[in-house]
Amino acid sequence: MGAYLLGRLAGLVPVLIGLSLIVFLIMALIPGDPALAILGPYATPDSLARVRAELGLDRSLPVQYAAWLGHVLAGDLGRSHSLNRPVLDEVGERFAATLVLAGAALVLAALIGLLVGIVAAVRQGGTADRLATLAVLVGISMPSFWLGLLLILLVSVRWRLLPVSGMYAITGGEDLSDLLAHLVLPAVTLAVVAAGVIARLTRSAMLEVLRQDFVRTARAKGVPERRIIVAHALKAALVTVIPVIGIQAGFVLGGAVYVETVFQWPGIGRMLVNAIATRDVLLVQGGVLVVATAYVLFNLAADLLQRLLDPRIGA
Amino acid sequence: MIPLRSAFAGLLTAAWLTGAAAAPVPDDVLVVGQTAEPASLDPAVSTATNDARILVNLYEGLVRYRSGTLEVEPALAESWTVSEDGRRYTFRLREGVRFHDGTPFDAEAVRFHFGRLLDRDHPAARTGPFPLAFLFRVVERVEAPDPRTVRFVLREPHAPFLANLAYPTGLIVSPRAVMERGGAFARAPVGTGPFRFAGWQSSRKVTLERNPDYWGEAAKPRLVIFRPLTDPNTRATEMLAGGVDVMAEMPPDALALFRDRPDFAVREQVGPHLWFLILNTQAGPLRDPRVRQAVNYAIDRQALAAHVLQGTAVPAHGLIAPAFAWAYDPSQRGYPHDPQRARRLLREAGAEGATLRFLVAEGGSGMLDPVAMGTAIQADLAAVGLTARIATYEWNAYLARVNRGLGEDADMAEMAWMTNDPDMLPSLALRSDARPGQGGFNAGGYANPDLDRLLAEARRTADQARRADLYRQAEAIVVADAPIAFVAHWKQSAVTTAAVQGLTLEPSFFLRLSGVTKR
Repeated sequence: MGAYLLGRLAGLVPVLIGLSLIVFLIMALIPGDPALAILGPYATPDSLARVRAELGLDRSLPVQYAAWLGHVLAGDLGRSHSLNRPVLDEVGERFAATLVLAGAALVLAALIGLLVGIVAAVRQGGTADRLATLAVLVGISMPSFWLGLLLILLVSVRWRLLPVSGMYAITGGEDLSDLLAHLVLPAVTLAVVAAGVIARLTRSAMLEVLRQDFVRTARAKGVPERRIIVAHALKAALVTVIPVIGIQAGFVLGGAVYVETVFQWPGIGRMLVNAIATRDVLLVQGGVLVVATAYVLFNLAADLLQRLLDPRIGA
Repeated sequence: MIPLRSAFAGLLTAAWLTGAAAAPVPDDVLVVGQTAEPASLDPAVSTATNDARILVNLYEGLVRYRSGTLEVEPALAESWTVSEDGRRYTFRLREGVRFHDGTPFDAEAVRFHFGRLLDRDHPAARTGPFPLAFLFRVVERVEAPDPRTVRFVLREPHAPFLANLAYPTGLIVSPRAVMERGGAFARAPVGTGPFRFAGWQSSRKVTLERNPDYWGEAAKPRLVIFRPLTDPNTRATEMLAGGVDVMAEMPPDALALFRDRPDFAVREQVGPHLWFLILNTQAGPLRDPRVRQAVNYAIDRQALAAHVLQGTAVPAHGLIAPAFAWAYDPSQRGYPHDPQRARRLLREAGAEGATLRFLVAEGGSGMLDPVAMGTAIQADLAAVGLTARIATYEWNAYLARVNRGLGEDADMAEMAWMTNDPDMLPSLALRSDARPGQGGFNAGGYANPDLDRLLAEARRTADQARRADLYRQAEAIVVADAPIAFVAHWKQSAVTTAAVQGLTLEPSFFLRLSGVTKR
């Protein structure tokens, strides 16, 4: 297990270097550059040349990339020119916010998805199943920015139950209850699609398991149905469902950018969009590195969990 | 399904019980919603109107715009004199003013500020870049004969100089704070204004607090909090839910909603802005002035302003925005919407059915709704038999394309300028030697020696009435030659709750908040 873990983590290094190289090249290839983004409509060739020199953009691309990589290996992600602060500070703050949002959404999605999937499988063909299937279809099809807006209008504007946007109240302390109140709507919005996917998969996995011999044996032995579903069937079905939850983690991270925009959540998705618009290469690189690392780690965690549940894998 | 529903209901109830939902904002705290997070709070670095709305509360310049106008009045300077030849401006500085870090404001601080902008060997020259330093390029040197006197010596007479001093680039920074903080000063600003900086949390808020040692009348709000609300729908919903007191730039769709409600107030003000099309006077069908005039006649500005922009702009008839009240010429009617006349001109020029390659931006500062406007203009041109082939660009890529000149492969391009003096747009974008590649923005390659002469004379003319007359003459030339198509002047809007008192929208689009209260 230890060797497997080390191997997977070591595999992360070439992935990240390759990724950073691709991002760097894309940023170099798209028209417009940081100097132009800073100077805006008032850019003149003279001022552009001066700003490019100040930012080190007058060096050749390989030299720029090598310099960046050297600094990163030394633990320095550089300084964002558009924000006037160290990339690490900004990325750290913003990623923490995204992690809170995506984490809450993923937990919510897994809980709702499993619950709906199990109920639908157990009541296959019944009203509950049909309602669940319809709900899943709506959940998967609904664009998250639209759902978010509807929730805001209903819950925040009409009923005034929850705040409209932001991560903390604009005045006053930043305590946990405040955070939770701000978290509910964006987390629900972000969770809906993933919950739909998980529910659909759980349903089919459960249906397959429930047809198997060991379930029939258990029923014949007189094991209570509730116990059969939770202890026997669900455990077997989870082996199929867990990797999908891991993949959904990636989609949740990716989908966070819409939800962050609608709810003004100070996460890394919005940071990356702005960083690309201002051609802030260092900030884009730093953000992508962190998000990619998180994605790989999420999937690794899902794989590990799957191994724990099913000893046959990797034996 | 029952457990799920009760779990969600439980969460809602819990959140409601904690009382965190839309906690009312205290009376002495003003929350201002903005369209974006500020880019920089260093006035020497910043270029955005969005930033300026914060900057003018933190800093002061030697002069400022008198409320409701674009004319200057004393601020950190009590008075000034201009030499006979128009090259020396001597300012008498206010006494006893201190920066928020306790250091005194004096002539040396003024010298530091302009040295930093203009002198590449200045010790703080590398705390930039300073995109708008060109506003002061005419300054030869700044002298500080005594702590309360500062003298600017200009290379040549330059009438827009005072208006430039009132622009955010002229707001004076604390020399000590700049030297200590370097580039980080942009996120930890120190000025002399009625508010001082209290914090900036990325993409969440910028907080200012009342400056207890302010030399003038103390600010009324104890705290001002600026919130970036980038999503237009969120701006509206946050306002409806009571999370914001003042919202700058409400999306047009939402304005009508707030106009009809007694618990909100809508304020509007047309700014010193021009949205126009750069027309290629050097190549293609638009080389012929009749075709350029035809384009101007073809555009239905009234419909654009009223429908595409939903009343957030007014039609532009000429070069000078009505916000420049002293120079604006109300008798200049420009080009009315007249498709028949456009067709006739095209026939005369032999340009019927010509194809125009049209560069359109996807967004950008002051560009309003560029794609929708581009397609509406395309339809207007089609109505007179011109085919506009649109190519859209992301803003940054767009600037890179347009600012090098339209050249041989584009006929027209959208552009918008927000200016502080009627001199700025024609001098930088229409003068014959303001060529792209030589520090200018004349991307359409327009050249008219009469215009050049008038602009040069206006810069030398200190008398405002005489200057205004010169700009009106210059405007008449530009309207006749039509090197650009005049489209719209942007109208800024702000929605406030009915409780907000004492807020006036300025033609400069600045937002001065020290006198604002909540009932």
